[in-house]
Amino acid sequence: MTLPLIIYRSLRQHALSTLITAGSIALACGLLMTVWVVKTQAQAAFVSTSTAFDAVLGARGSKLQLVLNGIFHLEASPGNLAWADYEFIRKHPAVKTAIPIAVGDNLRGYRIVGTIPELFTNVEYAPGKKYTLTGGGKIFSDASREAVAGSFAAERLGLKLGDTFNPFHGLAFDEKNQHAEVFTVTGILAPTNTPADKVVWIPIKGVQTMSGHDPKAATDVSAVLIQLRTATAGFMLDMMINKQGNRMTLAYPVGAIMTELFGKISWFDRVLALVAYLVALVAAGSVLASIYNSMSARQRDLAILRALGARRRMIFGAVVAEAACIGAIGAAAGFGIYFALIAGVAEVIRAQTGVVLNVTAGHVVLWVCPLLMTALCALGGAVPAFKAYRTPVAETLAPVS
Amino acid sequence: MLNVVDLTKSFTAPEGGRVEIVRVSRFELAAGEQRALRGESGSGKTTFLHLIAGILAADGGRAEIDGVDMANLPEAKRDRLRAHKLGYIFQTFNLLQGYTVLENVLLGMSFGPRGVDRAHATEILGRVGLAHRLGHFPRQLSTGQQQRVAVARALANRPKLVLADEPTGNLDRVSSKEALALIREVCRENGAALLLVSHDDGVLAQFEGMQDFSRLNEARKGVAL
Repeated sequence: MTLPLIIYRSLRQHALSTLITAGSIALACGLLMTVWVVKTQAQAAFVSTSTAFDAVLGARGSKLQLVLNGIFHLEASPGNLAWADYEFIRKHPAVKTAIPIAVGDNLRGYRIVGTIPELFTNVEYAPGKKYTLTGGGKIFSDASREAVAGSFAAERLGLKLGDTFNPFHGLAFDEKNQHAEVFTVTGILAPTNTPADKVVWIPIKGVQTMSGHDPKAATDVSAVLIQLRTATAGFMLDMMINKQGNRMTLAYPVGAIMTELFGKISWFDRVLALVAYLVALVAAGSVLASIYNSMSARQRDLAILRALGARRRMIFGAVVAEAACIGAIGAAAGFGIYFALIAGVAEVIRAQTGVVLNVTAGHVVLWVCPLLMTALCALGGAVPAFKAYRTPVAETLAPVS
Repeated sequence: MLNVVDLTKSFTAPEGGRVEIVRVSRFELAAGEQRALRGESGSGKTTFLHLIAGILAADGGRAEIDGVDMANLPEAKRDRLRAHKLGYIFQTFNLLQGYTVLENVLLGMSFGPRGVDRAHATEILGRVGLAHRLGHFPRQLSTGQQQRVAVARALANRPKLVLADEPTGNLDRVSSKEALALIREVCRENGAALLLVSHDDGVLAQFEGMQDFSRLNEARKGVAL
């Protein structure tokens, strides 16, 4: 009863500084956990999202740009491929599936991607998972003016079955660049938590032959998404297309390219982590300063406790435990900040990329960080605890007569 | 109960050198006995009580409490002996301001031999007339009531020896008389010896056994060692 009571009363007596200090710890803890979980989750989500296809074939250029454009529907296409190139790769014995896509239009900021119906009927977007429609409807048929909206795009654009729309030219929305063609929504995809959710899909011919597009490119494709029969086939195609050829680029393997991307931007993680570490250190320092500054006000209480029979080591322990409690309170509150932050970050990532982070997934940092933060605060409390340990009882209690 | 032999204490003076404050060759107090020591301010009587209580380490000599020499124990054992055998009533009460009346008493008990006994703490607070103030904080009490809390806290562990340092110094004459009567009565009920120091003649007059501390203390005040 004694130690918890002493800690509780001390925290109550210094409620304002306790709250402020715990708040800064909560912020530090929340930031640290968010940085780690977002980093890990984002990498896992982006890499797993790209598992539907083994490779992306596109015009000569950056492999990363091809993957971002073809799989994640980010970035612009590095150029076009002729339909014959698509046919060539489709018929290659090493290729199991080849899905052409054509980009260049949008619907109020959401990318319109032209493709073939086989993307929805033949391809698993994740192992064992195929695209399905929600609320009835059907996949567009080739050469029609029909559209299938990804779940996120449909939600944000308010698209329903039977709705019609005119595409806008370009990847960025400009209301002056509206195409004359009218498309009808015939299906809305069930959520896949992949970039496909933020796309409005139309037949590839719809993009190729859209009014205002270059008639000479009426059969071109922006990229071809490829599933290979065997992993070794990828290296063979890589050799053939990238090393021996000079007209096209094969982005293979997609997962490795995404991992490479995260490797390239890892400095940003490190900067964020450094900031979070510094915030954590400042928070622990604030525990030290907060308790240390209140020591003169506490010394009388500590001397009284000593006079009542409390041992020095108990006083030391009480101050350290109080600091640890502030750390633990802060760490617990840090989960609130963490959930708020990660929900916000996940929503931004989803809106920007269509990739959904699993914000409820466990991560080692979710228990290591609060424990370390509490330990760091306890360590910070050792300094004022030592001062408390050395409190001279007789001099503090009363003037000696 | 209390047997003091050649107990000495000196401090470092601000201008350097050591100044002796306490030198008591012999002082005894029997179990259950109540004794008052008269001493003016600066006479060293508080230091003497602190030495007996083990709050201060003695330079030399013995201060045996129930046969255990407080003066020659290491600090942790002095703390333990104080918590187990002694009750200390301070002039300024030294109540913990952030704790309720009941918590003040319970904390005092928590370091003692029997540990926290809420029923006994409540009972002794009732005995000093504070049964209705258990959840109050010291600042919500009158000075006299705070003194009663200090008395209850000092006696809650059923100490063998109660040291009272100017326990009525902050009270008016009527409250002082009541408080002193209460301390003596509760000590008597608990079979505790009482050693009280004061410079108030009104307080001292109530004790049959009164001793002048200036005669007891042989320290050469103001003389550097």
